[in-house]
Amino acid sequence: MLNYIIRRLLYAVPILFGVMILTFVLFRGLQSAQFIASQAVGAKAPQAAKEEFIKKEGLDKPLPQQLARFVGRTMQFEFGESWKSKRDVGEIFTQGVGPTLLITIPGFIAGTIAALGLALYQVFVRNSLADRSITLVCVAMMSIPTVVYIIFFQAVVALQLNYFPASGFEWRGLETAKFVVLPILIMAIVNLGYDGRMFRAVFLEEVQQDYVRTAMAKGVPGAVVLAKHVLKNGLIALITLVVGRLPSLIMGSLLIESFFGIPGMGNVLVLAIQQGDQPVVMASVYLGALLYIFALTLTDILYAAADPRIRLS
Amino acid sequence: MKDFFAHWMTQNFLVLAGIALIAWILWSGAHHERWQRAWVRLRADRGGMIALWVVGIYLFIGALELIHLPNGKGGHESILDAVFAKHVALEKTYSAPLSDTVLSSASGEKLKGTHLLGTDTLGKDVLVETLKGCSTALVLGGLTSVIYIPLGTLMGILAGYFRRWVDDLVQYVYTTIASVPSILLLISLMMVLGKGLFQMSVAIAFTSWVGLCRLIRGETMRQSERSYVAAAKALGQTSGAIMSRHLLPNVMHLVLINFVLGFSGVILAEAVLSYLGVGSPVGTASWGNMIDGGRSELSRDPLIWWNLTSATVALFGLVLSLNVLGDSLRRAFDPKRG
Repeated sequence: MLNYIIRRLLYAVPILFGVMILTFVLFRGLQSAQFIASQAVGAKAPQAAKEEFIKKEGLDKPLPQQLARFVGRTMQFEFGESWKSKRDVGEIFTQGVGPTLLITIPGFIAGTIAALGLALYQVFVRNSLADRSITLVCVAMMSIPTVVYIIFFQAVVALQLNYFPASGFEWRGLETAKFVVLPILIMAIVNLGYDGRMFRAVFLEEVQQDYVRTAMAKGVPGAVVLAKHVLKNGLIALITLVVGRLPSLIMGSLLIESFFGIPGMGNVLVLAIQQGDQPVVMASVYLGALLYIFALTLTDILYAAADPRIRLS
Repeated sequence: MKDFFAHWMTQNFLVLAGIALIAWILWSGAHHERWQRAWVRLRADRGGMIALWVVGIYLFIGALELIHLPNGKGGHESILDAVFAKHVALEKTYSAPLSDTVLSSASGEKLKGTHLLGTDTLGKDVLVETLKGCSTALVLGGLTSVIYIPLGTLMGILAGYFRRWVDDLVQYVYTTIASVPSILLLISLMMVLGKGLFQMSVAIAFTSWVGLCRLIRGETMRQSERSYVAAAKALGQTSGAIMSRHLLPNVMHLVLINFVLGFSGVILAEAVLSYLGVGSPVGTASWGNMIDGGRSELSRDPLIWWNLTSATVALFGLVLSLNVLGDSLRRAFDPKRG
């Protein structure tokens, strides 16, 4: 087992390096030093200020040397300071994690439970009119841009009906809830169409297995078979879903947070994008990839722990 | 070089080339028994056929805006402008659908014409803008597909056929790209490349080819095990011939399905990128820009909803049809998996 864990971790290392090289080529290789400097200190800043920035960041050195410096610093989680707010990027991110998790975790759990329930019901009544209609609704939900969901909820529920504040956030104990209810609701709904369809496909495959037929033949009621056997096996697909979503759970939802003025990671990023604050974006690319690779490696190890065949292959 | 691409004759040529390319894919597929059977099944699928017709209508509207003809005064104009858009008056600012006065003007200023879907902040007719948004969506989806489909297919077939180090290399590259959350990668690319339709196509293509490549690689591996590939090898065919003449036709249906579903993803991505301010350039008649513009109008009184609604409905119609068509195609090609 230890052997497998080491092998799996070693496999993740080159990919992480690949991500660093990709980020470096994008932000340093494709842009000239002069351009980067004018983005950082402002196009109208005096030439001396730009030169100073280039010196400080080592942009005048040959590319391989810059790459080595970038890789070295990134591995120690040193992302430098923001071009706009002049604060440390790592510090900006740690402040944003709290509000982000407050929205993404409940939103993800609510959305997943809804999708699981929907898919189980669809498999229970499979190939009926209800099944087909729900599938069509799911496809329709996938066809609406996230922006439109948010605009709709904000305009109708918050502004017209005045049920919730349209934006803003404060830590106020239990009262914090009123700021996050709407974002959580949207978070749960946005992925419902996609997740529902995915779970339906997983469950449908499972329902056609022999053990389900055996259970049915023994006289076990259909609902019990679904709840006890099909759901349990379908939960394996859930792990894959969690792995895929983990980066966005922590990095936050760009659109929802910025629309509702939640000071989380997503909002920080949107601001950075609009201001052209490259260090923040670079750090987010690396951290997003790191989270994804970490989650993927962890799942593989868990799978191997559960199934000895994987370890030995 | 820039003038050459901006010339209307070149643009017409590119549009026609795009249409010819789709026709060629379908025509070469038509000889394939699998495609013929899929077509019979698709014909029997009512939802899929409706979706196909809707997509066809969007393509037609897009072509009306994209194909330019000389206007007899030395310049040129699109067919849509010539027959319709040119005759619609430009107003001062917002007006409600079918209203005859400028919105919230105290003196009740009269409009120059009627506007079925109202006008936007610059006084442009919303119906015309929405129709023009069609061509933007098609250009973007078309350009993106032209880049990522050949790339993904080629890499997938090479990796699946040669395996060994070729496969290792391709897998390494796409695993690396796939491990960056795609929205972050898209944003980074747009920040570095700058705003613009072509830049957006490159960025979306860079993140899209991975999924197709993975799919084609897997299917090529499965097909390579089949006896027809062994027979071709035994007959002394070169690797190039086996890949292009035997493997490519047998994975082409996956390319078609991926093309249809990918197209809808591109249109949705445009809406997100435009909101973030790294998408379509300001002033482009794109649905993403219209939705982004409509966002700030909703908090106004009276509520201005027509701009946002028109763009959303138009976008939704195309994306939904593409998704339904893609699902129908998948069922038609692979009825067992449904």
